Amino acid sequence: MTDPETGVQDAGFDDWLDATEEGDAYYLECANGHGSLPPRRVCPDCGSTDLEEVPLPETGVIETFTVTHVPTPAFEDDAPYATAVADFGPVALTGQVVGIDLDAIETGLEVALEITVSETTGKRVIGFSPV
Amino acid sequence: MSNVRVAGVGLTPFGSTPERTGRDLFAEASIKAFEDSGVPRDDVDALLYGNFMGELSEHQGHQGPLMAEAAGIQAPATRYESACASSGAAVRDAVMRVRNGEDDVVLVGGAERMTNLGTAGATESLAIAADDLWEVRAGTTFPGAYALMAQAYFDEFGGEHEDLAHIAVKNHENALTNDKAQYQRAIEVADVLEAPQVSSPLGLYDACPISDGAAAVVLTSEEYADEHDLEAPVAITGTGQGGDRMALHDREHLARSPAAREAGAEAYADAGVDATDVDLAEVHDCFTIAEVLALEALDLEPIGEGITAARDGRTTADGETPINLSGGLKAKGHPVGATGASQIAEVAKLLAGTHPNSSAVEEATTGVAHNAGGTVASATVHVLEVVE
Ligand SMILES: [Zn+2]
Repeated sequence: MTDPETGVQDAGFDDWLDATEEGDAYYLECANGHGSLPPRRVCPDCGSTDLEEVPLPETGVIETFTVTHVPTPAFEDDAPYATAVADFGPVALTGQVVGIDLDAIETGLEVALEITVSETTGKRVIGFSPV
Repeated sequence: MSNVRVAGVGLTPFGSTPERTGRDLFAEASIKAFEDSGVPRDDVDALLYGNFMGELSEHQGHQGPLMAEAAGIQAPATRYESACASSGAAVRDAVMRVRNGEDDVVLVGGAERMTNLGTAGATESLAIAADDLWEVRAGTTFPGAYALMAQAYFDEFGGEHEDLAHIAVKNHENALTNDKAQYQRAIEVADVLEAPQVSSPLGLYDACPISDGAAAVVLTSEEYADEHDLEAPVAITGTGQGGDRMALHDREHLARSPAAREAGAEAYADAGVDATDVDLAEVHDCFTIAEVLALEALDLEPIGEGITAARDGRTTADGETPINLSGGLKAKGHPVGATGASQIAEVAKLLAGTHPNSSAVEEATTGVAHNAGGTVASATVHVLEVVE
């Protein structure tokens, strides 16, 4: 999807958001089994250029989280909101935790990917919802 | 190999001066550094200059030549950008140039103009030190990223916000005597605990302020210092740099700083010292948790124990190894591009006995400066020693 404001499309990243919205989230795997996120031409772990799209595990686990009260202008109307790092096995992702009370979020919580939008800008945001 | 002498240092006051341009700030710092060193401007072979957000805050790229002009030197000039480690990286390259005989005299420093952006603008500008696609667009702020590390640290090693509060209290205490510091006022643990939340578990008093300021350091070869009878008792004897994956979520440990560990090990080995030789350090405490991670990465505290260092008095001014006697980024301020060079200036003065807090470390011969970029995807460490 092209950014309505800037006219810019980020190949690889926007494609990944599109696929994830369709329920086809993926990560990149090199010949040596290292996982990484697109867009990428080279495995950051071993330098392999042989990368393949592999389905992302359905669920991940929250490794750490924070509730942000002082956002950047792009999330002004969203605050307070929770951001977390979730481990999906071969890769980890940063996303906003949605569909749960901010007080109830904890490390170890099992989550699934859910693309949401910023209330401030309407732009797509990687989200995690408890399963 | 020649030791690299710190011939002179200059700092502007750090604080809120939104009307002052970067060139004005750096001019002031450089004038002070030249006065302090007694080195003529004509002898400078190069300017290595750190700056992070000049395009956003001043609509100004290509700052190297601009700052050479501001400092009144006719020499090639290059800007270094490595987020909050910009001028630490510049110092490292300056040291290597002098060591390998390329240059005899280098002006190294940095400046940042930030407060004119306002809090929202500065928050947005600082965030670009993270991965734009995979972190910033998920709502990660600079404090938010450190908050993720703080929560991970609490989960892995224990500790609580009150432990972090003691770090803020200590660094404010140290800044009381530093007339360049942005905050020259004492705070109490309760102030930190009761401050508004920025990004849980971190509150307003866990964070360094948004600052304007500049730092400049004149470095010379040992031969030049001897030949010109410079009073330059302190040398940079070790330099190291480490790197890590850009996004926090791509790291193996969310509560450790391998890049700083790598930089520290390299700098210690380079100087031929180890952590037990370190008498004092200026570490990158952009947030209270950052000081904990820095101490552990530099082997000044065992992994998982740095959290209690301030609370138990090991890192206070009267402790075993005083940390951030300048007030640190937390109380002295954090004009991003100036920070690494300002740490070098503070350590040099502390060791030379010319710092207001030198009395806390009268016998000190070895100091360390640790400068980190982003969530420590970049780090530089320098060892300074008294050589005369
Ligand atoms: Zn690989």
